[in-house]
Amino acid sequence: MNWNSAADFFAMGGYALYVWGSFGVCALALVVEPLLIRQRHTQIVRTLRRQAAAEKMEMEHP
Amino acid sequence: MSNRLINWFRFASPHTFYPLAGKMIPVFWTLAALFGAAGLWLSFFVAPTDATQGEGYRIIFVHVPTSWMSMFIYMVMAGWAAMGLSLNARLSSMMAQALAPTGALMAFLSLWTGAFWGKPMWGTWWVWDARLTSELILFFLYLGFMALQASIDDPRRADKAGAIVALVGVVNVPIIYFSVTWWNTLHQGASVAINKSPSMAMTMLWGMLLMALCLWMYSIAVALTRVRAIILERESHTEWVKHLREVTP
Repeated sequence: MNWNSAADFFAMGGYALYVWGSFGVCALALVVEPLLIRQRHTQIVRTLRRQAAAEKMEMEHP
Repeated sequence: MSNRLINWFRFASPHTFYPLAGKMIPVFWTLAALFGAAGLWLSFFVAPTDATQGEGYRIIFVHVPTSWMSMFIYMVMAGWAAMGLSLNARLSSMMAQALAPTGALMAFLSLWTGAFWGKPMWGTWWVWDARLTSELILFFLYLGFMALQASIDDPRRADKAGAIVALVGVVNVPIIYFSVTWWNTLHQGASVAINKSPSMAMTMLWGMLLMALCLWMYSIAVALTRVRAIILERESHTEWVKHLREVTP
C-alpha cells in the first residue's frame, strides 16, 4: 500500500493539483458526454413524437 | 455461407442496427466500469511511487490511454468514413460522425493531462514541440471534420466532404506516433513498444492497459449511443422510425 492515511492519498506527495486536475477533468468529461448524448436522444424523440401527433391529428380532422 | 453473409449485411441498415446498438450499449458500459475500477485500483493503490517523479507520474494512467484513444478513434473514424465513401453506405458515415466528438474529447483530455503533467515536470504547461503540436493538430482535425459536416445541409454531401477531410488527416497519426523519434523533443519516448520489453514496472503497465481498455469500451458505448440519436435524426422521414415504440404517441 502506498498511502498511510486518506490525507496522504489526497496530497499525492505534493502533486495534488496536477494529479487531481488531470483525473478530475477526465472524470468530469466522461460523465458530461453521456449526459449530453442522452439529451440529444430525448430531443429527437420528442420532435418525432410531436410530428407523429400532428400527422395523426391531420388524419382525423382533415 | 451465403446465409451468413446476408445476415451480416443485414446490420448495415440503420433500421436493423438501431435496436441492435441499443442492446449492445449496456454490455460496453459494464465492461468500461469493470476495467475502469480495476485500472483505478492499480493506478492508485498497487503501482509503486516513481523513483524520479514521485506521485506526479500517476498522471500517466490517464494521459497515455487518452492519447492512444485519440489516435485510435481517428483511425477508426477515417475507416468508417472511407467505407461510407466507397460503398455509399450511410450507416458507415453515421458511425464516423458519431465517433468524431468522442475522439475530439480524447484529444482534448490528452492535451489537458499533458499540460498538467508538463507543468510540474518540465516547468511549463505547453511547448511548441513536435509531439504536442501534432496532437493539437489532431484535435483541430476532429473539430474541422465536425464543423465541415455541420456546415453542409445535405447529409450525404456532408458525409462525402467529411470523409475526404478525415482521410487526408490520417497522415497526421503516424506523425504524432513517430514524432518522438523523428525530432528532438522534450516529450519522452513511447511508453510501450512492440519491439522492446517495457521499461516500467509490470503493475504500471497493467494499470495503463486497463485504463486504456476502460476508455475503449467507454468510447464504443458512447459512440453507439450517439449513432442511435443520429440515426433517428437522419432517418426521421422513414416509416420504420415513425413506427418505433418510443416515437408513437
